[in-house]
Amino acid sequence: MFGYYLELAFRSLRRSLGLTVLMVLAIGFGVAASMSTYAVFRAMSGDPIPWKSSKLFFPQIDVWGPASRQGGQRGDGLPADMTYIDAMALMRQHRAAQQTAMYPILPTVYPDDPAEKSRAVPGHAVYAAFFAMLDVPFRYGSGWSSADDGHRARVAVIDSQLNQRLFGGANSVGKAIRLDGHSYRITGVLADWHPQPQFYDLANSNAFGPADQVFVPFATAVDQQLPTNGGMGCGQALPGPGFAGVLSSSCVWVAYMVELDDAAQVASYRSYLNGYAREQQQAGRFSWPPNTQLRDLSRWMDQMGVVPPESKVSLVVSFCLLLVCMVNAVGLLLAKFLRRSNEIGVRRALGASRAAIASQFAVEAGVVGLAGGVLGLLLTWLGVAWMHGVLPRQIAVLTRIDPSLLWQTLLLAIAATLLAGLYPILRATHVRPAMQLKID
Amino acid sequence: MQISPILSALRHHKAGTALIAMQIALTLAIVCNTLFIIQQRVAHLSRPSGIDEAHLLRIQNQWVGQHGDYAPLLAADLATLRHVPGVVDAYATNSVPLSGGGWSTGLGLKPSQNGPTAMTAIYFADDHTLPTLGVKLVAGRNFRADEISDMPALSKPTPPFVIITRALASKLYPHGDALGKSVYVAPDKPSTIIGVVRRLQAPWTGNFAASFSDNSTLVPFRLITNGTNFVLRVRTGQMGNVMRTAPKALYAANRMRVIPDDDGVMPFSAIRAKAYASDRGMAILMAVICVMLLAITAAGIVGLTSFWVGQRRKQIGVRRALGATRGDILSYFLTENLLIGMGGVLLGIALAIGLNLWMVTRFEMQHLSLWYVLAGAVALLLLGQGAVFAPALRASRVPPVEATRSV
Repeated sequence: MFGYYLELAFRSLRRSLGLTVLMVLAIGFGVAASMSTYAVFRAMSGDPIPWKSSKLFFPQIDVWGPASRQGGQRGDGLPADMTYIDAMALMRQHRAAQQTAMYPILPTVYPDDPAEKSRAVPGHAVYAAFFAMLDVPFRYGSGWSSADDGHRARVAVIDSQLNQRLFGGANSVGKAIRLDGHSYRITGVLADWHPQPQFYDLANSNAFGPADQVFVPFATAVDQQLPTNGGMGCGQALPGPGFAGVLSSSCVWVAYMVELDDAAQVASYRSYLNGYAREQQQAGRFSWPPNTQLRDLSRWMDQMGVVPPESKVSLVVSFCLLLVCMVNAVGLLLAKFLRRSNEIGVRRALGASRAAIASQFAVEAGVVGLAGGVLGLLLTWLGVAWMHGVLPRQIAVLTRIDPSLLWQTLLLAIAATLLAGLYPILRATHVRPAMQLKID
Repeated sequence: MQISPILSALRHHKAGTALIAMQIALTLAIVCNTLFIIQQRVAHLSRPSGIDEAHLLRIQNQWVGQHGDYAPLLAADLATLRHVPGVVDAYATNSVPLSGGGWSTGLGLKPSQNGPTAMTAIYFADDHTLPTLGVKLVAGRNFRADEISDMPALSKPTPPFVIITRALASKLYPHGDALGKSVYVAPDKPSTIIGVVRRLQAPWTGNFAASFSDNSTLVPFRLITNGTNFVLRVRTGQMGNVMRTAPKALYAANRMRVIPDDDGVMPFSAIRAKAYASDRGMAILMAVICVMLLAITAAGIVGLTSFWVGQRRKQIGVRRALGATRGDILSYFLTENLLIGMGGVLLGIALAIGLNLWMVTRFEMQHLSLWYVLAGAVALLLLGQGAVFAPALRASRVPPVEATRSV
């Protein structure tokens, strides 16, 4: 029967070619617009570490007090970064399963070959736990030890790109790299690792910026006075000059990430943070009641606005476009089906059940949906290619078409058309055979 | 034209009528909001920076290998750059308009004021800054060469005097008498306002600085640190040459430096394009969706009306046989569409406002101006009339003899 309905559908679609083309175009464009913007949205909002995102938390402490929030900032207005003083206190007290303070650096790498240009490479100063917390993959070697953190060892982890440039991709563990004029011993080389959005330091770095190429121990970086490559927010003037002044100031510039493995740990860390802020209040450092936040990764990404509102607005608008296309398809399918009231009447009079009529027209709607889906695929491909030219480059490279997007596009098209076909099919099954036969 | 027969005829096509009205309503709701988004984006990206962008080039430079004394390096590099053929003038600074990164601070009118009077961007400047940028003074004077002092990184700036933008001046001193008055950049020491410039945008184009995007303060300091931005004023037509020769001249003078390969040497046209890339992308995307939407709605109206005309050939024939002119038939379909359109537009206005309100709460949008809704409503009614015209014309050509034929 399916084959017969298919044949009927093709015959009918050919008969009113104009309407058919119109429907296929509408579905195709609607689906393509939705899927292209969805591809962008998906690229920006994706969970960069799905197996662990619910265990990574980002604490915040109100170090500036309510007076600093008169301007009416976004969200709760707590600084995204911590002061060096607080970050170090939390690291010392070590209350989470794992934790790391971090800040972005941009040291210059000196080549051994004097004919080569020196280059500034982006990176992060982190604690040893960083690599385990994020399951960072290594090609050679590993991260450094907590003991290295403790005695401010000059060790470094580099990424495979930098390893390729400096060592031709060979195992460079144990070799030296010169950063800002000092020699560091390489303990590990990363495998390809460039999480996007770059989630571990949203407070300081662009979520879609270039990959970090070098990691050094936090304490070593502070020891070497490597300046931060991120923002530094200062509520008041520095208490003293230079790097030492920054360390003892209320300036916020250190990002902080903890791993908490279950709800009990989260609850106890939350009360610990509040307790810490209360201690600071009692010690006279804060003149306001404790105000802290502890968000998991997905809430943190939300709070930091990783997906800009523009991207969400375009997603909403394009799904509205799809809705209009569907309303359009409802009208056209209705016109198409009811035009054949005679045929329906004859079939019904000859004994076809309502279910048979319904499946005949469902097949027809499905064929339109499939054609719309194929057109939609083509247009989505064009749309994504076009968006590469329109979007900022770092986001464009993330936006790509993969098999899952293709399937979703086809499914969306067929589902949308069948949904749009429901009412016209219902109307078609309710054509009264007697009426049609009488008119004829 | 009698309206009641049209209405009673529409009662027989409830579903089709409702579908066209709904499509018009949804289209209106979306088109109003997208046009509004486009207008906002275009207004945002066409905001003037106040500088002579066509003639300006930025070079990002980081000195490497030395520690400590960057002042002589800075002076030597500036001298090198000012001698590059095609370069009119040059200066060094921490940041420039549209670059996206810089230094903001609150300004007060009293010492150690609780909460700032105005937020501002801080630009490090010397006596070459205003001529290089092509920024015009509207009051007061420029810095003199002997007034510029060195400031090491991470120290607190206490400028004896500052030059501010007109927007900032009127925020600090609303009566227009800012020149010669004091302002507190540092909490404890006043700075005298010696000049007011017409316009100089802050470095940020995003939401962060939306409330103070035209507030800038020039401080008479050379920032002594390992990295700096050189801003070059280039003779007309020399941009391409200078982009090649200036970094070469810098490397020839001193190899111990890093100028990033990708964005180290950028003309302001490129800096502007980068700063507003997402605004432009959004505006184009919305425009494309708008056009698609209107086309689909128009096509839908053509499709459904054609179907109705086909269905009613016999009735049209009867009317014609009973003496209706072609004009009567044409205006019948046009009026019918107008009635449906008006119903759709009324619903659409409500939807447009509802959608906007929802987006205001969810996505930091602004409130839709009613003019957009009205303009959109008129546009959709016209679109409907345009779309219905061809099928209506075909209907008017149905010959009276059709009445005598069976289906």
